Amino acid sequence: MSKTEPRPDDLMGLSDGEYDTILDILGRTPNFTELGIFSVMWSEHCSYKSSKKWLKTLPIDGPQVIQGPGENAGVVDIGDGQAVIFKIESHNHPSFIEPYQGAATGVGGILRDVFTMGARPVANLNALRFGSPDHPKTRHLVGGVVAGIGGYGNCIGVPTVGGEVNFDPSYNGNILVNAMTVGIAPTDKIFYSAAAGVGLPVVYVGSKTGRDGIHGATMASAEFADDSEEKRPTVQVGDPFTEKLLLEACLELMATDAIVAIQDMGAAGLTSSSVEMASKGDVGIALDLDQVPRRETGMTAYELMLSESQERMLMVLKPGREDMARTIFEKWELDFAVIGMTNDSGQLTLLEDGASTADIPVAPLVAAAPEYDRPWTATPPRPVINASDVPAPDDLGDVLMALIGGPELCSRRWVWEQYDHMVMGDTVVRPGGDAALVRVHGTGKGLAMSTDCSPRYVLANPVEGGRQAVAEAWRNVTAVGATPLAVTNNLNFGNPERPEIMGQLVGAVQGMGEACLALACPVVSGNVSLYNETNGSAILPTPVIGCVGVMGDVAKAVTAEFKAAGETIFVIGETQGWLGCSLYQRHMSGEATGAPPPVDLDIERKNGDLVRQLIADGALTACHDVSDGGLAVAIAEMAIAGGLGAEIDVSPVIPAHAWAFGEDQGRYVVTTTGPETVAAAAAKAGVPARAIGQTTAATLTLPGTRPISVAELEALHESWLPDYMAAR
Amino acid sequence: MPVAVIVFPGSNCDRDVAVALETATGRAPAMVWHQESALPACDLIVVPGGFSYGDYLRSGAMAAHSPIMRAVIERANTGTPVLGICNGFQILAEAGLLPGILMRNASLKFVCRDVDLRVERADTVFTGAYAQGEILRVPVAHHDGNYFADAETLQRLEDGGQVAFRYCDTGGNVTPEANPNGSINNIAGILNADGNVLGMMPHPERLADPLLGGIDGAPMFDALAEAIAA
Repeated sequence: MSKTEPRPDDLMGLSDGEYDTILDILGRTPNFTELGIFSVMWSEHCSYKSSKKWLKTLPIDGPQVIQGPGENAGVVDIGDGQAVIFKIESHNHPSFIEPYQGAATGVGGILRDVFTMGARPVANLNALRFGSPDHPKTRHLVGGVVAGIGGYGNCIGVPTVGGEVNFDPSYNGNILVNAMTVGIAPTDKIFYSAAAGVGLPVVYVGSKTGRDGIHGATMASAEFADDSEEKRPTVQVGDPFTEKLLLEACLELMATDAIVAIQDMGAAGLTSSSVEMASKGDVGIALDLDQVPRRETGMTAYELMLSESQERMLMVLKPGREDMARTIFEKWELDFAVIGMTNDSGQLTLLEDGASTADIPVAPLVAAAPEYDRPWTATPPRPVINASDVPAPDDLGDVLMALIGGPELCSRRWVWEQYDHMVMGDTVVRPGGDAALVRVHGTGKGLAMSTDCSPRYVLANPVEGGRQAVAEAWRNVTAVGATPLAVTNNLNFGNPERPEIMGQLVGAVQGMGEACLALACPVVSGNVSLYNETNGSAILPTPVIGCVGVMGDVAKAVTAEFKAAGETIFVIGETQGWLGCSLYQRHMSGEATGAPPPVDLDIERKNGDLVRQLIADGALTACHDVSDGGLAVAIAEMAIAGGLGAEIDVSPVIPAHAWAFGEDQGRYVVTTTGPETVAAAAAKAGVPARAIGQTTAATLTLPGTRPISVAELEALHESWLPDYMAAR
Repeated sequence: MPVAVIVFPGSNCDRDVAVALETATGRAPAMVWHQESALPACDLIVVPGGFSYGDYLRSGAMAAHSPIMRAVIERANTGTPVLGICNGFQILAEAGLLPGILMRNASLKFVCRDVDLRVERADTVFTGAYAQGEILRVPVAHHDGNYFADAETLQRLEDGGQVAFRYCDTGGNVTPEANPNGSINNIAGILNADGNVLGMMPHPERLADPLLGGIDGAPMFDALAEAIAA
């Protein structure tokens, strides 16, 4: 055995122990190409080796679930023979190195994950986190990422309908770019990646393979230091036009019965796609690398197998269908090459000039992938902060104006107006509200969708923060009137080899699992991004949730803006004035301290179910969830969006600033022309619902403040981001 | 008579405009692939929005040289109405069916939002269902919508009444603030000299359904449906 032989100086990110396992599997020293294959397959990005143990605890089942985690994307039944297929995925490291291409290829990759399964993508969303606005790189990164997301989505013609953007110094050296795609497919035409059957042709379609993105998955599994700029060659370059052709060609071929299995070439390119298909189909695959379409000459087997060139797919076809398939791809002017065959060897065999250049048993490559039970320490609990211990402002109105006109809560219009959010002609509720609503083409049904996470809560208490991320996404989908169906999650954390970081992940997964279970909203797909650190400083723990819901009649959807003066405003849910970890507290004292607001999942569900019922009954004219900034901000946002005011007439028993800015969970602000109906329904459901005032023409009056001009609020709300981006 | 919608690789508003046309005319338009060299019998040709050939060269420059465009130019020159929306406008300009050029937006950014348009010509086959001076709310979604023509051409367009739509504020005033892309004279859409070819950057097909937030685009398709039914 060769364990005593000298080992390569560069183990390509593998540990000594992992290298020993490779020696055991092969019974010999791996060659350079083989070592590269093991390295990417066993990278954190591809193997989930630090998180797998905990991901297994998440609820993934439900009567609506057709396919849970483990395929390219999750599949959920929406009735009438149709399914929604969706997933979120990170492209954090590449986007920090090269924001335009990093973000663009993030969108391209998640689109492929969804149309690989037979779905036509109908919407894109994202979740973005940037460093402090004062950091010298932030403006450049915001501009590049937004342009990259727009550049890809706009060109391929899939509307970008929602997302979130936040700033925090912890992301100064490590931004987050999470992209989500939602697609629709007939339930009897869903495609999977298992290459079942031997003697079947393995076909490569799409773009040619170049030297871009080699070892991207390994790069994404390491921390950054000051030399991150030097990693630019590991970032891929996107071509949305080719992706559009690939999308149309794949959907055209999928309408036939030619495809046995299909898998996009994403992270780790040809390696992970071929290994995945072979492993799931329990077959071997022999690839003749000489047949791989390539962009440049002189590429080695290692480069071909590890390239992350974009817009490529690997398919296994039924024998004899190659010519028909080739005709379709040639019509779309895309490369089409039979590059191999499935067999019963159980090996991944690579041939170059007719000779074997790599020969790895598939089962152990996948099954023996390391899985770690990393040591973790629970985040110490923080004290509960009493509202009375958080200072009152001199003027509540001034605080509202500062919050609504500041980086955290200002309008994101500057961002989403750079995204085509209407192409495909089914966007019923556009960006800027709680959830976007996209009609299922040709029907009256709709899909509501939202991405959410409050990292400062997760930092304070990972379990509570994990619950809150699910609850808020669920609440946003509910707020337009839809029934949440399932979620996808993107777990962005620092270095899992540090017990306190691992503890954040463990806690957040626990909280998410509890919320998904209680809200009957299982996890059907997801992605983990670890090592989000630069020079040893980790990001805030950011487990993003993307939630998708369905509504039978989009004409009944309700949006957040006030519709008319003289309507009654209600708060649904209990207001206790929780200021710990709130934006108000941070605004007043410079930091968010103490325990975050707790999420009572039973109450969350009860309150949401009532709101959804009221919307279905046509009892509400507007609805908005209460989140960052509390009631005052929620009401102000509804006023600004509608160009109307409000007169709030309550005498809270709690301090006025706690009533206005407390971030108690499970709440909605709604308006109605039938207050008796709302009050009666709430009483019947046992849900606190309190009439707090009326909508008015042009000013907003909160308890204990002067009337504030809504036009003035709007100017503050709309100007921060464009002004910031225009500054030098 | 049927309508032909030209589809290029990279077109992405072809389905949207087909829906609007079918709603107005009661029948699905013929979708014509760019590699065709002949058009089916049709009384209206629509060149839809999107990113033909990725628009990696000047927007519309590649598509203007597609085989089907020779047939489109021929039919335009014999009087068949041709409507180009967004990328379709860029293609018609590149093909020489309309004067001027669409440059990168003055902001240098893609812009997607509703804009207000003033109807400058209500006496064409495209705009007959609108009133002269009517203000429409219709979205734009483009990176290269900054219309430009040299002084002489511009004079000819203005004198000849070839400006079909201008960006305006909600009161109908043509102001710099109401201009989303820097177009000269706030031009949002122009006609050829014969009035049978219209190119416009805004997307009337996107607000032709009340569930999507407005129906100001619908009368254009209704007018066309009526014209070709006659």
